[in-house]
Amino acid sequence: MPIFISTRESDDQLRKKVREISGQNFQQCYQCGTCSGSCPMIEHINVFPRRIMALLQLGNRKALEESNTPWVCASCHTCMVRCPRGIDITKVMEALRLIKLRQNIDRIELKKLEPEQIADMPQIAMVSGFRKMTS
Amino acid sequence: MSTTTEDKETKSAAIEAKLIPIYIMGKKYEVPESLTIMKAMEYAGYKYIRGCGCRGGVCGACSTIYRKPNDYKIYTGLACQTVVEPDMYLTQLPFYPAMRATYNFYDLEGKPEEIFELYPELFRCVACNACTKVCPMDVEVMDYIAALKRGDIKAAAQISFDCIQCGLCASRCMGELPQYHIAQLARRINGTYLTPRAEHLKTMVANIQAGRYKEALEGLKASDEDNLKKLYTGREMEPATAGEDWTPKDSTYL
Amino acid sequence: MKIAYYPGCTLKTKAKNLELAALACLDKLRVEYEELPRWNCCGAVFSLADDDLIHMVAPVRDLIRVQERGQDTVLTLCSMCYNTLARANDLMKNDEEKRKTINDFMDEEPDYEGNVRVVHLLDFIRDDYGFDKLKEHITAPLNGMKVAPYYGCTLLRPKEVALDRPDNPIVFHKFLEVIGAEVIDFGSATKCCGAYQVLGAPEATLQVSHEIISDAVNNGAEALALTCPLCDYNMGKRQDQILEKFDDAKELPVYYFTQLLALAMGLESGVAHFELNREIAQKLLKKKNLIKT
Repeated sequence: MPIFISTRESDDQLRKKVREISGQNFQQCYQCGTCSGSCPMIEHINVFPRRIMALLQLGNRKALEESNTPWVCASCHTCMVRCPRGIDITKVMEALRLIKLRQNIDRIELKKLEPEQIADMPQIAMVSGFRKMTS
Repeated sequence: MSTTTEDKETKSAAIEAKLIPIYIMGKKYEVPESLTIMKAMEYAGYKYIRGCGCRGGVCGACSTIYRKPNDYKIYTGLACQTVVEPDMYLTQLPFYPAMRATYNFYDLEGKPEEIFELYPELFRCVACNACTKVCPMDVEVMDYIAALKRGDIKAAAQISFDCIQCGLCASRCMGELPQYHIAQLARRINGTYLTPRAEHLKTMVANIQAGRYKEALEGLKASDEDNLKKLYTGREMEPATAGEDWTPKDSTYL
Repeated sequence: MKIAYYPGCTLKTKAKNLELAALACLDKLRVEYEELPRWNCCGAVFSLADDDLIHMVAPVRDLIRVQERGQDTVLTLCSMCYNTLARANDLMKNDEEKRKTINDFMDEEPDYEGNVRVVHLLDFIRDDYGFDKLKEHITAPLNGMKVAPYYGCTLLRPKEVALDRPDNPIVFHKFLEVIGAEVIDFGSATKCCGAYQVLGAPEATLQVSHEIISDAVNNGAEALALTCPLCDYNMGKRQDQILEKFDDAKELPVYYFTQLLALAMGLESGVAHFELNREIAQKLLKKKNLIKT
């Protein structure tokens, strides 16, 4: 899949926001792909972490918003401990989630969860899931 | 509330009192310093149609939020119980919309998971403690939510015992929890399933059903009013200083 | 001084087998501990946003509870609680600016400077109690039962709170060796099980959990040992769904590390509450003559 580069569509606000929330300088990423190679969710995300970093460098909001990657990320920190550039990619993913959540847009709806599922799940699944996917 | 006698009482009692300034929803009023917020609002001309109930500090209808000069803290109190202070800024928050789950109580078995199902938002609590800080009854709201998250219904029921359902906790909650409704369910479950049954009550009901008091009741029903009065005033009463082992002289019905 | 014990919410309901087995072992080992009389949910996940401090309040409050009791160490069993408390502690210790903001925000609590030590039972045994001393208490070793140690994420990542080297840990291997298991090393020992994505992406979680179990089985494991109630949910309790969905899936008994410890210490098997695991967990132990039939 090609990446469409356009100065007109480069969203500096988004870059700034992600930097602010994550505290990470994703411009340092040199696209080695170690993160993608380490990601346990690689088969289930539609944009690999390496490409997320590239899209961010380009400020491509549209492509980032279409990606499910931050929402399938389980914050396992594998990419973070292995990144040769010392970028905490997990924090970058959190920032991308929060940009949506802070607009009061939830990823999951509590009232749509099956009662049986709630009764079955351990509390930490709900506490952590709600933190990551509800505003 | 519209009794004019009460208005007169309020005003006459206030004649001697010193007047102090308070701000109701931003507007300044001079009110007698000894009044409660509720009386002061009535003194200032407000008429309660809602947001006022028992006037005795137990119904939770008149919760009020206020601030003091040069103090960042939010203070709360029941308007019927809290005495006005000079330069307080106040507004009433007698009602706060909070989602109450629908359930048929007798379909429940009293398990923590049932509370989780009805109120999954429980797990959105971040332990910020804003609820406890705002509670006019000094209930440790955050602590009972913490107890419920770990499934300890009994602890939650005990900690929330003084709750009067005013809803201020919910108004401050960043997790959007209806704490007081959840606590009410916990207390219902605690009362029904977790508290030991009173065995003596069972025996008593059985005794009544077996007709043990039938004769005595029939006797009372057949008595005229004078005799009833005589029996009532002449009954043996437990002295205020009686110890645990006190028993009445006539123990026919024990 | 008694050490403070922080259980975490899940251990009081869904993961009683993790807690009860551990407490029985601690009693036998004569470790003096005391459950915090007042504690709240730690938040399960550490907030990863630089500008978000409100989610630090819950774990810091728990650490203040420890400090209030005059205790300097808090022991955890759940790896998610460990991670959240340890990271919050780290932040309070090292980030002066955030420490001040958090302390100012919690104006109803005493200030906290990060002086409590957060430990997990695994590093507590290694560093405080000692594997050698533990060995003396192993009266019923696991007879070479082939167990794969599954670390998961939160004991090892990020580095600041890691119990061991994030990419090549040995502490859990060592633990299993001491209790008499044959340790099965496998590549997925530190791979994520999908964690809370059981809510957001349940199918993906099922698949990664399946891959971890398969990896253990293919390396010859007869059982998987783990430390986290969410891992146990994804790979233990939800194994029915894994078996249903994947043709090549094989059933694998899953145990909490504390349950195996209780067994190896010769404690009565009731304390480990194997009835709360999947049925196969008891079957294997019976087959191995580790519990009576």
